[in-house]
Amino acid sequence: MGMTLTQKILAAHAGLDTVTAGQLIEADLDVILGNDITTPVAINEFNKAGFKNVCNNDKIAIVLDHFVPNKDIKAAEQSKVCRNFVKKQEIKYFFDVGKMGIEHALLPEQGIVTIGDCVIGADSHTCTYGALGAFSTGVGSTDMAYAMATGKTWFKVPAALKFELKGSLPKNCSGKDVILTIIGMIGVDGALYKSMEFVGDGVKSLSMDDRFCICNMAIEAGAKNGIFPVDDITLKYVKNREQHNSVVYTADDDAVYDESYVINLEDITPTVACPHLPENTKPASSLNDIKIDQVVIGSCTNGRMEDMEATYKVLKGKKVADGVRCIIIPATMEILRECVERGYYTAFIDAGAVVSTPTCGPCLGGYMGILAAGEKCIATTNRNFVGRMGHPESEVYLASPYTAAASAITGYITEFKED
Amino acid sequence: MDTKGIAFKYPDNVDTDVIIPARYLNTSNASELSIHCMEDIDKDFVKKVTAGDVIVAGWNFGCGSSREHAPLVIKTCGVGCVIAKSFARIFYRNAINIGLPILECEEAAEEIANGDEISVDFNTGEIYNITKNKTYKAQPFPPFIQNIIKCGGLMASVKESEEKL
Repeated sequence: MGMTLTQKILAAHAGLDTVTAGQLIEADLDVILGNDITTPVAINEFNKAGFKNVCNNDKIAIVLDHFVPNKDIKAAEQSKVCRNFVKKQEIKYFFDVGKMGIEHALLPEQGIVTIGDCVIGADSHTCTYGALGAFSTGVGSTDMAYAMATGKTWFKVPAALKFELKGSLPKNCSGKDVILTIIGMIGVDGALYKSMEFVGDGVKSLSMDDRFCICNMAIEAGAKNGIFPVDDITLKYVKNREQHNSVVYTADDDAVYDESYVINLEDITPTVACPHLPENTKPASSLNDIKIDQVVIGSCTNGRMEDMEATYKVLKGKKVADGVRCIIIPATMEILRECVERGYYTAFIDAGAVVSTPTCGPCLGGYMGILAAGEKCIATTNRNFVGRMGHPESEVYLASPYTAAASAITGYITEFKED
Repeated sequence: MDTKGIAFKYPDNVDTDVIIPARYLNTSNASELSIHCMEDIDKDFVKKVTAGDVIVAGWNFGCGSSREHAPLVIKTCGVGCVIAKSFARIFYRNAINIGLPILECEEAAEEIANGDEISVDFNTGEIYNITKNKTYKAQPFPPFIQNIIKCGGLMASVKESEEKL
């Protein structure tokens, strides 16, 4: 019986020739990730169990990205716990203010994760790296602690859903519209415990940034991971970046999938997920009467360079509507620098937007754009649960950078159309 | 190892943001966090919950973020067991790792009403609705998982097994 791409990577990291769905395995990890919210809990568990040293300090990445530059005293104390641990354990990959970026944009950009890796991260959006043809999944802090101590973790090998992508996207759509459409189709637990395997001739029409965005939100369908096959676009992306050698795996032709779906990319339209679940999707064009108070463009889902390009394309020479607060957050310092060098930063300011240093901040209702009761926000982030961005009576609408930026100009949810 | 208490009933897709909103996650102190448990969907939960009580919910309980703080605050509030039709995978893993008993049982999750008195036997997976005098059967945890829960979590069980060596 053939294996899926996910199963191939898991088998290799468990030292097995084959694995099947449902099998429990112990796998070697290439990268173990934590952030400023989850790492302190992991450090506490690590110490409580009496471990003295991490197993492999050049495989651990700790990124302070949720509440930095620290928003208050408590957040500062949490970051301090991480900083002290990193120093003591001589953790190789540590990113603090000045170097940091949103973890799931940063790790691929810096080549810390690469093709064929097996990765866990104490953050649910760790599934992003599947875009590189890697297996990566989110876990909790205790799993992170155990992995730091042993270099391993256990997995139940997932069954798979196949998504065959065909053709190419309309100009005003991006990976975000693809994944929102899919979540709308299968629901927030439609891929529960399973891998989402994206295949087909449409893959080559998607950029790396589109693929990162699509895999990023696999968790929003309940998936264990999302994954793309490796092609020339992937190989070009990791070239001159990867910090350890990549291994290219391919799915067997006779791999078994629980279900298969065909997605015609030509048919994708600008899509918005309405409150309070990512599965509540509607065409952006049907929501013109929704008046917004705030726009957030950024996050591990859509804070990459192409997202900034899309935002620039829409906002340049235009003005953010009166009464709308438009917050743009490039996901890494490299992306922020590129925005400055290309003149995007000035264009955003001229449009009346504010630009922040990298942070997860508003996406999870931490800081930098919290909503009051009754306020509505269109955001390129990944969750629109009750209270996600602030007051439990506020509302978040999830959309692509094109749709979010176009909505900033009109003050209502608006589909972007090129002039 | 059992629990007995009152059922708090919630719908499908209870997410980790309502279990413990991220605005409080500038600390990882469980007792400090637990006063905010479920506050965005049920303000009275922390006032009413007592040791041994049971959360009963629909599909995909614990969806969303990987924050281990979510099962941790539920456990710290005294909840003895979460019964749901299904659990989101990271929450499922985290609950076991921190020693919070959880059971998947569609029928029990459907039929138990808010306020029913419930007892759970973890060895057999039997859920008994005392109010309605009805028994449901869930898949019990295998012994090694029961041991993790009994020790108070994965790391505590690792420590205990090392000490026995």
